[in-house]
Formats: sequence, structure tokens, C-alpha cells
Amino acid sequence: MVGAKEDILSRVRVALQGDAPVTDIPRDYRQSGTMNQEQLIDHLTDRLVDYKAEVKVVLATDLQGAIAEFLANARSVVVPHGLDAQWIAGVADADVVTDSSEAPVPVDQLNATDAVLTSSAVSVAESGTIILDGTPTQGRRAISLVPDQHVCVVPASTIVEILPEALPRLQPSHPQTWISGPSATSDIELERVEGVHGPRRLSVIIVEDA
Amino acid sequence: MSINLGIPAVRTRGEGNLFAHEKFPTAAKRELKNQQLRANLRHATHTIRDKRINVVSELPDWEDLRESGSRIKENVMARLPELLEQFEAAFTARGGVIHWANDATEANAIVTSLIRATGETEVVKVKSMATQEIGLNEHLESLGINAIETDLAELIVQLGHDRPSHILVPAIHKNRTQIRDIFRAEIPNASPDLTDNPKELAATARAYLREKFLNAKVAISGANFGIAETGTLGVVESEGNGRMCLTLPETLITVMGIEKILPRWEDLGVFMQLLPRSSTGERMNPYSSLWTGKNGQDGPQNIHLVMLDNGRTRALADKNGRSALHCIRCSACMNVCPVYERTGGHAYGSTYPGPIGAILSPLLTGITAEENSSLPYASSLCGACFDACPVKINIPEILIDLRAQDVEAQHSVRKAPTEMDVLMKGASWALSSGTRLKFLEKGLPAGRLLAGKDQRISWLPGIAGGWTSSRDIPAPPQSSFRDQWAQREKFQKSQGPQLFQQSQASPKPTGKQGE
Ligand code: SF4
Repeated sequence: MVGAKEDILSRVRVALQGDAPVTDIPRDYRQSGTMNQEQLIDHLTDRLVDYKAEVKVVLATDLQGAIAEFLANARSVVVPHGLDAQWIAGVADADVVTDSSEAPVPVDQLNATDAVLTSSAVSVAESGTIILDGTPTQGRRAISLVPDQHVCVVPASTIVEILPEALPRLQPSHPQTWISGPSATSDIELERVEGVHGPRRLSVIIVEDA
Repeated sequence: MSINLGIPAVRTRGEGNLFAHEKFPTAAKRELKNQQLRANLRHATHTIRDKRINVVSELPDWEDLRESGSRIKENVMARLPELLEQFEAAFTARGGVIHWANDATEANAIVTSLIRATGETEVVKVKSMATQEIGLNEHLESLGINAIETDLAELIVQLGHDRPSHILVPAIHKNRTQIRDIFRAEIPNASPDLTDNPKELAATARAYLREKFLNAKVAISGANFGIAETGTLGVVESEGNGRMCLTLPETLITVMGIEKILPRWEDLGVFMQLLPRSSTGERMNPYSSLWTGKNGQDGPQNIHLVMLDNGRTRALADKNGRSALHCIRCSACMNVCPVYERTGGHAYGSTYPGPIGAILSPLLTGITAEENSSLPYASSLCGACFDACPVKINIPEILIDLRAQDVEAQHSVRKAPTEMDVLMKGASWALSSGTRLKFLEKGLPAGRLLAGKDQRISWLPGIAGGWTSSRDIPAPPQSSFRDQWAQREKFQKSQGPQLFQQSQASPKPTGKQGE
């Protein structure tokens, strides 16, 4: 339909003919928050718990232990290739596989994997949103989707208060997943049910600098 | 160079599932009798409404966000040609392929040929208003391609051989027991002991669809927005079925209306605050996916986008109705609408129900599309939809404008005057002259006679019967206002200036103050 584009654009132009020139867009909404880091951590925790995610707030020195605790029941774990190897070192009893763009784990294998461990790019305290942007510490979108448990590390320095602060920190060209709690539906009589297709268990570890 | 007269030669009319099969009043009358439907709807709309109000009140700058949202959309409409070109360039630079479709037929043909090229006969789908609007599923089915809806509510509707009745929760008209019955009958391997517990029902859908996701080669989606500056597309969802479709298959075909463009990346800061709060009443929906063309081994390798007009340029040309294209499909307007709450979504016929449907459907198809001409009357003009709309679409104003367009269209089509025309002509004859009105008012006592002992008139002939079929009219007064006024004047004149003086003097000072 080579001609369709020209048809559509010319109809748009005709429809707009004679209109007043466009005016500037007012942006009086909040562009930045006012919370300090401690408040940000509390606020994010509150929101995540409200979404039925599990949350631990730990110092960097205790990160390995916290990860091991969340993954205590996992027999297999997938990690993205850019993840700090130390993070998973405390998990003794699980098979760990590493995924990368060059050596992607096949989807059937991901389906048989119990858990995934990733880091995250930015989190928004006000809405309880954790954003993954496909960089090497977060990996391909499939790995944080197919396994039934997602253990996600949120460095405290990456938490912002409101969404407009988060956007400049993201790379639009990278595929992104914004996560606000575990998979959920309200399609049956508006009753919220956690866990439909995405991970049914979302375990978040907020790490403060030591 | 040709001179453009400002009148578009061709205005493509929206087609597909934009039409009612019957007029709104007929459909509404039937739906209103369904007690179960009304109970389900009332519960659902009130629940979301309350949640919405709670999360909206948390934001001190909600009104600022609405204002920016509305103005960004205005800006998009005004700059549409340039923004569409910009989007195409960015999306294509990242390996995506764009196809343009004038109407539903063209869009369906493009999607079909893309699927055929893969050799697949089964595809997975993310909930999408655009594909519903063009009737894509029905079209594919007629050609032997099975399109599986993966959103839980859409799956319920599809398995129940039903139609969606709400744009956010399409199975809002079904309760849990009805859903259990559908699943027991339609899902292979569903347990015969399946109960109506929502957790169990969701788990059944999960098991059924998981296998489909893992094997699907082609997915079809809509998009909540396309960002011109970056070429990014976005889908907002809850269950993770969207992520599955957007991530696992090799080929992804997205169908998006041309009005869904946003100019800049930072505009997400406005719309991703407005949309989830207005639609599900959540601070943020569980999952949003954003993708910009192709990205290494992360996600589909063949990325297509079908840009759809299907009446949008026709709506754009209607300067009063144009802002209906600002709609972000949050569904807040239907959740607050007293008419929707009672009739449900099916009565509106089109893919778009509720207040937005009552304006958008006739704008896309043209008011002269017979089946949609009754939609602008499906409103009490209470204004609740305008207050709820995150992008401030003045729905009541557009409804009134469309009603006027309808009346005009009817007049130019019909040759013989209708009963209403005759009545209006009569009214204009009578009301334009005092003598004539006076003459007619002499008939008032006859009306009292007609009203009988209880002084109520409960039946009138002809189209006036439309009024008395649902209410009684009180008997007319003994004398007209004009008569009473004349009497009063006469009386005042006979009393002379006395009356005037008396009223001036009436609150007689009882003592001297301040002296
Ligand atoms: S008209 Fe406004 S309230 Fe209604 S669905 Fe569209 S954006 Fe939402």
C-alpha cells in the first residue's frame, strides 16, 4: 500500500488547514521530588509491599546473604552475563546459568528454571515502579519474564521520587520493562489475583551503600 | 499547483466494528432487562471509580498533569504530519518496518500477508482496541488463521463467543460463575472440578496459555503510544501476557491508530502518570513494555507496525469533535457514566462504548452512518465524563454538536417533514407572535379537562407519546402566565401610586439611629 501513506498525510494536511498556529505546552507538573534517600527507601518499600512484592532493605555487605535467603528454595537460577558474580556466590544449592545476547538460554530451558536474579536501572518511589532497561546487569527481557520468581536488586542511589525524574536516566533505544509488583489481573469481578503470566513472586532487595 | 479549497475530496469513512447492529435505544431497552448484567456492572464500575479517586487525590499536581496531557495532545494533532514522518524515520532506522492503512480492509490485508509470509496459522494476541476496531480476529478466522487472545478478560470473551463490553475490563458483564462455566466448556484439559475461585480461574488460564506463548512464532499487539522523537512503541498491561507476546515470538506485528503519537520521550512522564491512575485506579499498572525497533537477540527479529487511519482523518477534519482523538482509552468516562452503568457496553454496538464511544464512533464513521446516529443521544449530559477524563475531552460539548449535525443531516435527507418538524414549525408560528399565543392559550382549560380528576396527563398521541411513556405531565394551569401578568398590571394601576409608596415606606424606622 505505497499510496496509503500519501493519502493519509494529505487528508491530515487538509483537515488542519486554516488552524491557528500551535501554542507552547505548559509543564507545571512536578519535575522533581523532595524526599531524602531514607524517605525514598521507605516510600518505595511501602508501595512494593502494597503490590504484594517481598522486600528486604540491606547494606551492601549483606547483599549476598539476602539474595541467598530469597533463593533458598530455587533449584535453578538464571542470571544476565553482566551481573556481579559475587551476588550469586552465596547460593550454593542451585544450578546457575548465565544468559547473554550471544548465548541466549532457550525459552524451554527458561520455562524449567525456577528463578532469575537481576539488577535494575531506575526505580520510582511514588508509584512503586522498578525499571529494567536491558543493559548487561539486567539482561534480555525473556529471562526476567519466564521463570516464576524474580529476585531484583535495587541500588538505593537509583531510586527517584516521581516519574519525570526517572525518564532522563533511561536510554529510550533499549527495550524496557517497567515493573510495579508481580503479575496481576483484576479481570474477574475486579478482584485482584496475583500471578497470571509473569513471575508470581517478585522479591526486591534495596541495597544501601555501606 | 492546484488550489486547495479546504474541502477534502475523499474522507475515508471508518469501517469494521465501529457500527451498531441496531440503534442504541433498541439495544439499551433489551440490555436494561438483564438484571445480572446491571448488578455486575454496578459493582465493577463503582469499585474502579472509588480506587481512581483515591489514587488521583494522592497527586498534588493532578490538574497540572491533565492540562499538560490535554495540551500535548492538541499539539500532536496540529503537528501530525511532521510527527508521523519523524516517528517513521526513527522506527525504520532501528530496523522496524512501517505499513500504512487507509481503512480496516487495508489493515487486515497487510496483517494477513505478514502472517502468511511466516507460514504460521496460529498467532498470539495482546489486547488491543485498534485490532478490535478493524475486526482483525474475525478476518483472520475466515482465512483459517487462529488468533488467540491472551488477556484474561479477552480470553473469557473469545471462549464465550461473546463481545467485549468495556475497553479496560472487556468481560465486566460476566461474573465468576459464568466464567467458570465458560472455562469448563471451552479450555481443553480444564478440570471438571474447577471452582469459581478467581485464583483457580487465573491459574487455569495461565496453564492453557503458557504453552501457546512458548510455541508462538507470531504475535499481534496494539500500542498505547508511539514516541516520535525516538521511534519507541509502548504497551501498558497487568498480567504479563503482553510481555510474553512482545518478547518471545520471532515476528511482532503492531497495529496503531495515527493519533497515538506523542512528540517526546519526556511526555511519558505525563501520560504514564495519567493513564494507570485513570484506568485501573492503580498508581502504576504491573507491567509496561517499551521497544524501539529491533534489539539484538532481545525480543522479536521482525518488527512491523501498521499505521491506521480508519476514519481518524475524518474525525480530525471535524474541528469541534477533533479532540475525541486525544483519548488514551483509559475508560474512566464509562466508569462514571450513569447511562453506561445501566445499559452496559454492548448497547453501544461499536468497539468503543460509553461516553467516548458515543462521540468517537460517529466521528470515525460520520454521523450519517445510520446505525451510529442515535449514539450522541445516549447521554444525560451530566458532565461526569468530562470531569473524569485525564486529557480533558469535553465530551458533553461534542455530544451536543453531533446531535446538531444529526438533525441537520436528517433534514437534508428527508423529503416529507416529520411529526417533529411539524411540531417545531407550529411552535415557531405560535411563539413568534403574542396574538397567536394568546389565541392558543384559550385552549388551556381543555387540557385540564383532559387531565381528569387527578390532574395528570399520562397519554399523548404521536411522538409526544415518547414523553408520556415514561412520565406523567401535570395538568396545565387554569390561566396562562401572560394572563396572570396582565391581571397583576391592571391591579397595580388601579391601586395607583399608593402601592408604590407603601412598599417604599414599609419598614418603618422604629427609632432614630445615630443621631
Ligand atoms: S475519553 Fe477521556 S476518560 Fe474516556 S476513555 Fe478516553 S481518555 Fe479516558
